[in-house]
Amino acid sequence: MTMNRRGFIKAMGAAGAVSSLALGGCSMAGFRPGGGHVVIIGGGAGGATCAKYLRHFDSGIKVTVVEPKTQFATCFMSNWVIGGLRDQNWITHGYAEWSKKHGIDMVHDTAVSIDPVAKVVKTKGGQSIKYDRCVVSPGVDFRYDTIEGYDAAVAETIPHAWHAGPQTALLRKQLEAMRDGGLFVLTAPPNPFRCPPGPYERASLVADYFKKHKPKSKVLILDAKDAFSKQGLFVAGWKEHYGYGTSNSMIEWRSKANDGMARAIKAGSRTVVTEFGEIKADVLNVVPAQKAGHIAAVAGLTDASGWCPVDPLTWESKLHKGIHVIGDAAIQAPIPKSGYAANSEAKVCAAAIVALLNGNTPPTPSWVNTCYSLVTPTHGLSVAGVYNYVDGKIAEVKGAGGLTPMNGDYSTEAIYAESWYKNIIDDMFG
Amino acid sequence: MSTSKLAAMLAVASLLASQPVTAADAGGAIIAAQCNGCHGFEGASKGAAPALKGKPAQHLSRSMKDYKSGKAKGSIMNRIAKGYSDAELDNVAKYYSGLK
Repeated sequence: MTMNRRGFIKAMGAAGAVSSLALGGCSMAGFRPGGGHVVIIGGGAGGATCAKYLRHFDSGIKVTVVEPKTQFATCFMSNWVIGGLRDQNWITHGYAEWSKKHGIDMVHDTAVSIDPVAKVVKTKGGQSIKYDRCVVSPGVDFRYDTIEGYDAAVAETIPHAWHAGPQTALLRKQLEAMRDGGLFVLTAPPNPFRCPPGPYERASLVADYFKKHKPKSKVLILDAKDAFSKQGLFVAGWKEHYGYGTSNSMIEWRSKANDGMARAIKAGSRTVVTEFGEIKADVLNVVPAQKAGHIAAVAGLTDASGWCPVDPLTWESKLHKGIHVIGDAAIQAPIPKSGYAANSEAKVCAAAIVALLNGNTPPTPSWVNTCYSLVTPTHGLSVAGVYNYVDGKIAEVKGAGGLTPMNGDYSTEAIYAESWYKNIIDDMFG
Repeated sequence: MSTSKLAAMLAVASLLASQPVTAADAGGAIIAAQCNGCHGFEGASKGAAPALKGKPAQHLSRSMKDYKSGKAKGSIMNRIAKGYSDAELDNVAKYYSGLK
């Protein structure tokens, strides 16, 4: 890059200097030299991006990523594996070469505590890692208490497949083993949750697989909501490809108002219990309600909502100084909980940390979300949003963003969906 | 703080005083980082999305402004480009054109 470390830091320093003066004061008193140690908990879309960009923006900063897995399967595009479009390797990315290339220290261990006063992260394996700034990017955890009879142990046989990896492979295997004429039931969670269009893309790609290989089979979505992301575009696509709305539809969506909310699971018989009935599935996929990843709650970073309040200028926690929370775990509305959003927030957070460690004011942030879904392998849909920082909050830029137009160029969108994946992976793990 | 440091800061301040301090002040790097998600790290696309790295600034700038105005029809870029001022688009164009 032509803008080297000095150039980037200088540019941010200039911006910072101006805003300090504009506020009528000179904030250089707290100036400290650069460098410092940033410890990142979680090596997913948020954590990996933040690590890479911290080193990219300022190679004088030491970066350690605490992540138990040695390779990472992305949740985004895992529906392509579940629908049989790609294999598991396509969504799986290792850390070894990446960490070496960018000079990032990997600690393959689980973080069990964060001491915000001593500034120490402790791991299950007994390590104590001291930090100057800590970034927490733990993704989501499940509210198992909201569906009776469903927990982490039951998920070993009735997958949620909302953390990618073995869960993705398990669901794919069950769909392959299912008889023609079987019923696939997907229970979709209440808001807010990771990847709002995800359940509906999953239903679409399972229907695509059934249409080609098990044409007597059906997909039933039992929803805890009365509306969902990209709904108009999904419904139009389902009508076009899967006979949606007819008596012979391959996909049925049952809203919360129509007794769609799963209350309990009878694991032995793969049965979903709703308020007024029971539905027995051949393959059952339960996506429970969600909250911030476990470590966020343990470290006292969550509020009553179960998610983490942050200042979006820096993504620093509003509850503990020196700890930043990015990605799905953070309260980030109006930005949706998506992989692209985590990637976007990670860069803003990285730039802010570089500024703070160099004694500068964080630059004014700017965010983007782009998210693609497939209705069939050649019928894509997208949603985009551009966001800026207004009065201390994230604001969607009016007149920008939005959905693929109805009757738009769906085949081009599908081509760009694959391009999107290749490039976001390059941006995170390249 | 030394006088020279303060002088330098004031010089920068007067230089930028005519416009609000935005992310674009960091030479387009902050906004461009947001584009990398779809266009690849440093805009070196590995997919169907166009590569931006090292392309002439004038070409990039015109292209983004055409998406913004609707003169050019894209799939998603019309929706994205509307999110930025012309000055921001110019800065992003300059940033990518400077990458080797």
